[in-house]
Amino acid sequence: MVTKMSDVFKEYERKIPPKLIEEVKEALPPKTSRERVKKILEHVYQEWLSSWAEPGESVGLIAAESIGEPGTQMTLNTFHFAGVAEMNVTVGLPRIIEILDGRQKIKTPMMEIYLKKGYHQKEKVREVARQIKETKAGEIIKEFEINIAEMNLVIRIDEDEMKKLGLKPAELVKILKKGVRGIDLKTEKDRIIGKPSEKDAGINSLYKAKEKIRNAHIAGVKGITQVLPVKKGDEFVVVTAGTNLAEILKLEFVDTYRTKTNDIKETYAVLGIEAARQAIMDEVFKVIEDQGLNVDIRHIMLVADTMCFSGTVKGITRYGVVGEKASVLARASFETPIKHLVNASLIGEEDPLKSVVENVMINQPVPLGTGLPQLSVTLARTPKKTVKKKKTKGKAKK
Amino acid sequence: MESKKEAAEEKEQEVKEEFAEEKRDDYGSEGNEVVDFTLKKVDKITFGMLSPQIIRKMAAAKIVTPELYDKEGYPVDGGLMDIRLGVIDPGLRCKTCGGKLKECPGHFGYIDLARPVIHISFVSLVYTLLKSTCSECGRVLIPDEMVTKYMDELERVEKEQGIEARREHIHNIIASIKTISKCPHCGAKQKKITLEKPTTFIENDKRITPVDIRARLEKIPDKDCELFGINPSVARPEWAILTVLPIPPVTMRPSITLESGERSEDDLTHKLGDIVRINQRLFENLNAGAPEIIIEDLWDLLQYHITTFFDNKVAQLPPARHRSGQPLKTLAERISSKEGRIRHNLAGKRTNFSSRTVISPDLFIKINEVGVPMDVVMKLTVPVKVTEWNMNYLRKYIENGPKIYPGANYIVRPDGKKKKITDETKEQILEELEPGYVVERHVLDGDIALFNRQPSLHKMSMMSHHVRVLPYKTFRLNPAVCAPYNADFDGDEMNLHIPQTEEARAEAETLLQVQTQLISPRYGLSIIGCVQDAISGNYILTKELNLPRKEAISLLISAGITEVSGLPKKEVVSGREIFSTVLPKDFNFRGRDREGNEVVIEKGKLKSGVMDKNNLGEGSGLMLRNIHKIYGAEATINILGKIFMLGTLTLTRYGFSTGLADTDLPKDAREEIDRRMKEAEDEVKKMIKTYREGKLEAFPGRTVRESLELMILEKLNEARNLSGEIVLKHASLKSDTMKMVNSGARGTTLNLAQMAACVGQQAMRGKRIETGFTDRTLSYFKRDDLSPDSRGFIRHGFKEGLNPFEFFFMATTGRDSLMDTALRTPKSGYLYRRLANALQDLKVEYDYTVRDPSGKIIQFSYGEDRVDVSKSEGGRINVKTIIRDVIEGKS
Repeated sequence: MVTKMSDVFKEYERKIPPKLIEEVKEALPPKTSRERVKKILEHVYQEWLSSWAEPGESVGLIAAESIGEPGTQMTLNTFHFAGVAEMNVTVGLPRIIEILDGRQKIKTPMMEIYLKKGYHQKEKVREVARQIKETKAGEIIKEFEINIAEMNLVIRIDEDEMKKLGLKPAELVKILKKGVRGIDLKTEKDRIIGKPSEKDAGINSLYKAKEKIRNAHIAGVKGITQVLPVKKGDEFVVVTAGTNLAEILKLEFVDTYRTKTNDIKETYAVLGIEAARQAIMDEVFKVIEDQGLNVDIRHIMLVADTMCFSGTVKGITRYGVVGEKASVLARASFETPIKHLVNASLIGEEDPLKSVVENVMINQPVPLGTGLPQLSVTLARTPKKTVKKKKTKGKAKK
Repeated sequence: MESKKEAAEEKEQEVKEEFAEEKRDDYGSEGNEVVDFTLKKVDKITFGMLSPQIIRKMAAAKIVTPELYDKEGYPVDGGLMDIRLGVIDPGLRCKTCGGKLKECPGHFGYIDLARPVIHISFVSLVYTLLKSTCSECGRVLIPDEMVTKYMDELERVEKEQGIEARREHIHNIIASIKTISKCPHCGAKQKKITLEKPTTFIENDKRITPVDIRARLEKIPDKDCELFGINPSVARPEWAILTVLPIPPVTMRPSITLESGERSEDDLTHKLGDIVRINQRLFENLNAGAPEIIIEDLWDLLQYHITTFFDNKVAQLPPARHRSGQPLKTLAERISSKEGRIRHNLAGKRTNFSSRTVISPDLFIKINEVGVPMDVVMKLTVPVKVTEWNMNYLRKYIENGPKIYPGANYIVRPDGKKKKITDETKEQILEELEPGYVVERHVLDGDIALFNRQPSLHKMSMMSHHVRVLPYKTFRLNPAVCAPYNADFDGDEMNLHIPQTEEARAEAETLLQVQTQLISPRYGLSIIGCVQDAISGNYILTKELNLPRKEAISLLISAGITEVSGLPKKEVVSGREIFSTVLPKDFNFRGRDREGNEVVIEKGKLKSGVMDKNNLGEGSGLMLRNIHKIYGAEATINILGKIFMLGTLTLTRYGFSTGLADTDLPKDAREEIDRRMKEAEDEVKKMIKTYREGKLEAFPGRTVRESLELMILEKLNEARNLSGEIVLKHASLKSDTMKMVNSGARGTTLNLAQMAACVGQQAMRGKRIETGFTDRTLSYFKRDDLSPDSRGFIRHGFKEGLNPFEFFFMATTGRDSLMDTALRTPKSGYLYRRLANALQDLKVEYDYTVRDPSGKIIQFSYGEDRVDVSKSEGGRINVKTIIRDVIEGKS
């Protein structure tokens, strides 16, 4: 028998999940004989087979319990400072709620920007971080002055800040003109003078223009309000407050494979549903781990999959996953029952009674676990006559 | 026409009908044979609106008078309490079905409304229909080809995305139709229609009466209805305008008789009375030809009453009230909310055969037993079918009766009649008892019972135990099962249920017993383990005890371990050897204890390491998991029970106590701590000084002030930790407090340091305390004082005592955390409810995919590898052990 080691593995590759094979390969002491490897693999296979979740197992509820139960032990309202200078992050229960709600806007958006090779010197990272951070016009302007007599706006520029950005007043005016309308801007020494473009515009329009200028985007990536280079192992990672995944990924120094945001909706919009699912899993797991709790990843996976399987990210709310159940009664038993009953009556909706709550309502066995098996029993009542078929509910033992 | 309540009512109706039909199938088509067991299930429920015809047809009586009772107190014919609508008084019989109280399900009545009235729940539907159909010809305001195009679209959407998406799509279509102002079918110009909430429709400043609205809705052809998402066979649009109002049966609005003999009517009856009265007046005025203005007023009043009858929480209407001023609870409020019909009565059920009392611990019962007091055991019953073989002892129970244990409380005859056993009936019951009867006997030792503690957050919150009848009045449970129930004994109460059918008992015994729930599906480790004394006891036993053999045996015997042959035959045996007698003879295990030493168990002998929380505790360590895997659930709880008792008894025999002296420190240690504290404070002072001088450098992304705060926080924490270390260095390892800490039974080194040396910084929302007065925390301090003292740093230990402001800061954070808990509980509860509602229907199918009930695949294989967490070891297959076992030739 001349079988190669790789053949031994190949045989089991079809049977055992790849991760287990990997684990075996890693844990295998060197110079293990082929027979032994085969035996090990066979044992692993058997072990794996025997730990399958059985048909009818109510995995959904178990997942809900596994996440809901430790929810009572999580902290509320605590912001988190890992290390001295890190920024505020929503953690604990509020964060979990935020993720599972599928919110459009999250409280503390953050990004972790990984960099390509060659950008890991301190100086370069600083430079990169500076480039990413959004600068608004307000930050480089020393003073606004509204001159009522001449009806114009005088802007004094902070030259130090300008120098840091490498920007000249003329360029600044150009940028501002793009973003702000209703005012004509001109440079005048170290000042910029703005006049309303309409003649009889009041002081109000000047005021508005001032606010617009203040918020005008000058440099960096929109939405990134804070940057912080952090050393991770032997490389630098730029952690930011505020996110803009699409724009960041366009930058040439960014490692696009590992860079991520904690905003699930944004991940979905930029990278698609699979990425969103992974993001939900990662984020929820991070929070739970952070709190020192122990929840198996499979439960979180199931929740993430329920939120994502339709192709878009849906929250666990009455507008999301729960509102889309097939059963009228199941929806009605959650929230806004009247609405669901009225709508159902209009289209003559049928409730197929296939899920849990409806069957509880009408006192029937629930189609999960031991309530699932349906046994057909043939009962011969009177031997002479035709044999009748009766359907009865059978209890099945696991 | 129809109401949401009626939707629910009709649901019931249809259930009944379907039931009847299926029964007919069984008995009818198969010939004359009657099968005495038919298990039929409700297959589906269809929802729909009630048409005026159906309302009349299903009604048992027409209601004509608002009067309820005549002078004798007998229900008036044609009144709201008409006995044709069912009976609520004992002794009376229903005129419709002949049933007595509790037999008669109740029957609907109806009233003809003098003028039609809009159903409040369908106002928005009526509004869209009026806006998007022609006021002349009743057609949709789009050409025929568009109609067919949209219909195709809808069909496609429903197929692909389901019924909710279809609803959404309809919504979009309607939005585009609403604005069209000319009918493409008859060319009529459309006037602008507005809705004056809640129920008035205005067209060009003129009101359209419900009569006109109804006429318009009638004109809408069936084909066009479908475009609006209405199925005309179950819901014609004009049915949304009520001409006939169904009167719900009296059984759903029973009156209660007060102690004074006065009758108090249900809210619904009150409301219906109003409706009937106004309706009557409207009729009279119409017949008398009263002026238009009076008629209109009455009509509006009728509309108001009917609207509030359905829903008393309509935004623009004042709620109808009792004379006392409290709002009436009408149909919509009966259905919705947590106390409503659906969540309270339909999705949640009540049970008999249950009991609740305070719990207390009992080490000497098994883990899967529950101690039940005598009083409970003689009240709860188990039904036993009489056969030839059990007749004799069942007779004995009957002879004992309900007052002597073990006895019986009831018998059930084969025809279903239940009879109480009393001294008078006893003789006769004994005489007539024969196979086929059911005896409801007292609960006995060994019967299975479900035991539960709320809140039932996970499946381990309800497990089955075997009954152990005990004296006194509390439920007793082994302290090892406190963890899954999250119970303690500070006054907690728990519930006990006795399953009543063979199926239930079988399921309880095979699926719900404590040993089957050992491994938590949350993380794949044992959720039951040793706690508190059991941990410290075993720690002491395996770490330092050496006992004379005789004493060891005495200890073992008292812990219920009779198999002591494993104990070495020498004068003095070690604690490890004593512990080893509990382990199976062929058990091998390698792990680590809390100090990082290797724990080695070879052939059932503990060779090295100590037993502490890492190996015995719940949710940690693989020792229990390994025992479970090799020897099974039953053996595990036996072993665990023994270990538990051994630990606790060790403590009771050899003494264990914690005291103030455990926190004593030698003088030099005290001085060192003081010195370190001083140093830290000086440094903080220096920091504040540099800050004041404006020389402090900020952290990136922070203001200078924030940076200062962070630096101070870090410094002070460092100082506290340092003093903690000093305490640990000097604290006697021999003290029982340290033993508790080291074994992991209770307390942390931090707790000890807080007692002995320094409590540390009190933080609120991750910052030092800063609220209070202007620029200071307390008036005791100067303004802008940034020193540790003034910002909630507690430098004293509990033993030394806190000074007043320290005490105050501690109370501040204490209150804060109290609030946190109070706010968190409902929040996490709601999250849990949402999760459970969203996921409860998902299950593993026979093809190992995870699907929802409509068959949509959520996961192709559960958790990507099909592994059930509760069958795994901490969520994974332990490859390493398998490899080791194979290589060492053990399997």
